[in-house]
Amino acid sequence: MTNTLIQPRGFDAGRRKTVLSASAVALLVGFDALAARTAKAASSDPKKDVGILNTALGLEQEAIGVYQVGAESGLLSAGTLKVAVAFQSQHKEHAAALEATIRKLGGTAVAAKGKDEYAKVVMAAGPKNEADVLKLAARLEKGAANAYIGVIPSFSDPMLAQVSARLAADEAMHFTALQTALGIALPGNALSFGG
Amino acid sequence: MRQDPAEQPPAARRPTVAAVLSLALATAVSPTAWAGGDPAKGADVYDKCIACHSPSLNRIGPRHQGVVGRTAGGLTDFAYSPALKKAGFVWDEARLDQWLTNPEKLVPGNRMGFRLQDPAQRADVIAYLKTLK
Ligand code: HEC
Repeated sequence: MTNTLIQPRGFDAGRRKTVLSASAVALLVGFDALAARTAKAASSDPKKDVGILNTALGLEQEAIGVYQVGAESGLLSAGTLKVAVAFQSQHKEHAAALEATIRKLGGTAVAAKGKDEYAKVVMAAGPKNEADVLKLAARLEKGAANAYIGVIPSFSDPMLAQVSARLAADEAMHFTALQTALGIALPGNALSFGG
Repeated sequence: MRQDPAEQPPAARRPTVAAVLSLALATAVSPTAWAGGDPAKGADVYDKCIACHSPSLNRIGPRHQGVVGRTAGGLTDFAYSPALKKAGFVWDEARLDQWLTNPEKLVPGNRMGFRLQDPAQRADVIAYLKTLK
C-alpha cells in the first residue's frame, strides 16, 4: 500500500465547510433534546456525566494540541499536512460539541492546557520524520476510540452513551486512515477496539 | 449466500447471543482474577489507557509511574476530582481491579469513567502497572 490515502482529495476537502456546519448543528440539536430530557430523568445524574464529559473534552483538547504541534513540526509534507488539519478540525468540532453539552448540563468546561503540555506528549515519542508523527497520531486516535467506548457504560444518560459511540467512530476512522497511509496492516481480529 | 447478517433468519444469530452470554458469565469470575497477570501482555493492554495516561506525564489522567502503592488521588501536581482526592486508600492489586472494573462503584463521583471489561486484561495491565516504578 502506498501513501495514496493521505490525499486531501480523499477527505473531500472542498466540501468540508458545509459538512462541518451541518453536522455541528445536528449534534447540538440532539444535545438540546438531551439537556431537556436529562433535567427530567430521575435516573440520570448530570453532575456525574459532566465529570466524564470534561475528561473527554480534555482528550479532544490534547488531540487538537498534538495535531498542532505535529503540523508545526516541519516534518509533514503538504498533502499530509492538509489531512492533519482536517482531522484536527474534527477534533475541534468534538470539543465544541462537548463544551456545549457540558454547559447545557449546568457544568463548567475545563480549559485547554498550554501548548507546552501538548508538546511534551509529542516529544515523548521523539518523532524524526513524517511516519513517526503519523504513528503517534494513529496510536492516540486508537486510544481515543478505546477511551470513548470504555466510558460508555459510565454515562447515566443513554443519549450521552450514544454520542460517545459516535465520537469513537470518528476516532476509529482517523486511526484506519492513518494506518492505511502508513502501510501498516489493520487489526486482524474482530473486537480489537474498546474497554 | 447472504451477505448482510441482518438478513439472516433469527436461528442463525442464536449462537452469537449464546457467545455473548457466556462472555458475560466469564466476566463474573473470582475477585482474585488479577493474580498472576502477564506484564508483557499488559504493556499491550495499556494501549487502552494511552488516550489519557502516560507512565511519566500527567495528561488527561495522572501519571502511572509508582501508582501501585501510592495513595489514591495522591499526586500533588495533578488536578483530581474531589471524590478521588478524598478516597483515602492505597492502590493495590485488588483496588486497581475494582477501579478498572467499575470506577464509579469504587469511587462515586470520579472523573475517569473508563471500564476495562476483560478480567484477564485487567490482570495483565495491573501486572504492567507494577513494573512502572
Ligand atoms: C478517558 C480517559 C481515561 C482512560 C482511557 C483511562 N483513564 Fe485512568 N484516569 C483518568 C482520569 C481523568 C483519572 C483521574 C480521575 C479523578 O480524578 O477522579 C484517572 C485515574 C486513574 C488512576 C488513579 C491514579 C491515582 O493517582 O490515584 C488509575 C490507577 C488509573 N486511572 C488507571 C487507568 C488504567 C490502567 C487505564 C487503562 C486500562 C485507564 N486508567 C484509562 C482518565 C482515564
